[in-house]
Amino acid sequence: MHPLPALFLQSVSSRLVSLSPVDLAIIILYFIAVIGIGFYLKRYTKTGEDFFLAGREMTAWVAGLSFVAANLGALEMMGWAASAYQYGILAAHWYWIGAIPAMLFLGLVMMPFYYISKTHSVPGYLKLRFGQSSGALAAICFGFMTVLMSGINMYSMALVMKVVLGWDIHFSIWASSLTVGVYVVLGGLLSAIFNEVLQFVLIWLGSLLISIIGLVEAGGWSGVMARIHQNYPAQNFTSLWSTLGSFSDNPMGIHWIGIVFGLGWVISFGYWTTDFLVVQRVLAAKDLRSAKMAPIIGAAFKMLVPFIVILPGLLGLALLPEHLVGEDQAVATGGHSFNEVLPLMLARYCGPGLLGLGITALMAGFMSGMAGNVSAFATVWTYDIYRPFFRKQASDDHYVSVGRWCTILGVLVSIGTAYFVMQFHSIMDYVQALFSFFIAPLFGTVVLGMLWSRATPAGGFWGLLSGTATAIGLWAWVKISPAALQYVALSPKAKDMAENMYRALWSWLVCVLVTVVVSYMTTPKPAEELTGLVYGHTKLPSEGDLRLYQRPIFWAGLVAVGLVILNIIFW
Amino acid sequence: MHRPGMLSIWFFVGVLLLIYGILILGSGLYGLTHPPPVVLNELHAGIWWGMLLIVMGAFYTFRFAPWRKN
Repeated sequence: MHPLPALFLQSVSSRLVSLSPVDLAIIILYFIAVIGIGFYLKRYTKTGEDFFLAGREMTAWVAGLSFVAANLGALEMMGWAASAYQYGILAAHWYWIGAIPAMLFLGLVMMPFYYISKTHSVPGYLKLRFGQSSGALAAICFGFMTVLMSGINMYSMALVMKVVLGWDIHFSIWASSLTVGVYVVLGGLLSAIFNEVLQFVLIWLGSLLISIIGLVEAGGWSGVMARIHQNYPAQNFTSLWSTLGSFSDNPMGIHWIGIVFGLGWVISFGYWTTDFLVVQRVLAAKDLRSAKMAPIIGAAFKMLVPFIVILPGLLGLALLPEHLVGEDQAVATGGHSFNEVLPLMLARYCGPGLLGLGITALMAGFMSGMAGNVSAFATVWTYDIYRPFFRKQASDDHYVSVGRWCTILGVLVSIGTAYFVMQFHSIMDYVQALFSFFIAPLFGTVVLGMLWSRATPAGGFWGLLSGTATAIGLWAWVKISPAALQYVALSPKAKDMAENMYRALWSWLVCVLVTVVVSYMTTPKPAEELTGLVYGHTKLPSEGDLRLYQRPIFWAGLVAVGLVILNIIFW
Repeated sequence: MHRPGMLSIWFFVGVLLLIYGILILGSGLYGLTHPPPVVLNELHAGIWWGMLLIVMGAFYTFRFAPWRKN
């Protein structure tokens, strides 16, 4: 879900900020803390359940915060702040309609099946529901893409550190990735989740001050709006929905159909309900109610993230004396690109100490994202690839050991990918696209598997494969023939974001259609094999004995009301 | 997280925030005589933010301290 895969591909010549001794002390303390937590938790990580699922004993709060933190990477923060500068408040769609409904759906509808089936992963659920072939296809694609993404993010983060702080790129890659590797190898998911909670707190406390001081300087929200209108009278950066009636009326070149159905339905539901990177955190919850509450708690915090990510971008539009430009133009002119808006705002307001905290927030974001990638990779590789295909019967200790080696392998492959990307920059765009190819059809397969008992193993497999092939085919079609954009995205004026939305929508539709057709042509599984996996064949625990405020649906309703109010306010 | 003897994550959060708060408050106080070149320096954000971190850190440190469980 990163908007700017090629962030800082071409770095500017000078660093943006200089660190004082107290800033360095804050950063060093952070590294000591996360590694120390890994060493401390090693003694509690003995079984496979401990290492891969954190013992399934997380409270709803810890699982919920970890769920959001695994997504809230540094590139996510810097990328969306840059998008807010580039596209205005439209970028907030990725945090509201592009996240909240899906997170609530995960908690209320899908989590019971993931949790009751006792699966250890999303590919594991597919294996139970549709058989080995679907599970293996999902596992291989996910494992492969996860480590590649991890490496690309690592490289981008190292570039950010080079541009912002002037740090050597090799030092940044090795220091940060080995730190993550150490604490995940030692404590597995338990350590990753512990650190993600710490990182979540640091991300907020390190970033929040930019928005607060920025609002003071601008004279409040009305002052921000007035200054943006004054600075950019020809463009509308401040409307969330009112400019989406036409592709040409908004800076993103997107139509509301793409936002609602492409982003709000397919991409968002695909990412938040089937990407094992985030779902793994919720599977670690201690009971079903906690597992249902965790995404709802996560959704409440996610809804507030624009305050520390989108608002700094808007503040940049309102307050920065210079006009930030695209990366190529920045390199040519020696100016700053909009990718630098978050560090620029950080440097604008934060003196010694606060600057260290802000940089620590960026590093914490990077590490939480990378830890999510490598811990999810280790689980999927060990349980969904190694165990079924290489060694079916082995001791629990053996699988924990394999998980630790997989973590090391994941980190090393990520580092290798980072160096590979350093040589071939364009690969970043392709891998980002490849990752997105898989998410939309996977959602179609999983949701049909959970809610439609007639879906057959053959239907699930061929639906997933054809949906993925459709996404790749549409992407290649536009690459080869740019005029095809008018068919894929329904308009020749559509921009990259819009193309992604529509491509996801088509691939999901093909996945669902093929799954339905093939399912009607093949024999379904007997009802007894669907117990615990499919709606209508699974006895869900009653919540009738809980008070209203203890029920997940009550809190989900409150979050949904909050979402509606926010969209109306910023319409 | 209810394993016997295991420290709460919130204890780690509290300790780190407490230390950060002290460092940032100290830096903010130093900034009274040596103002950093930042916009709205007169707000003394370091002092207020450092105090906030100290309060939060102290709360979590003592609320989830291992000796309280015993």
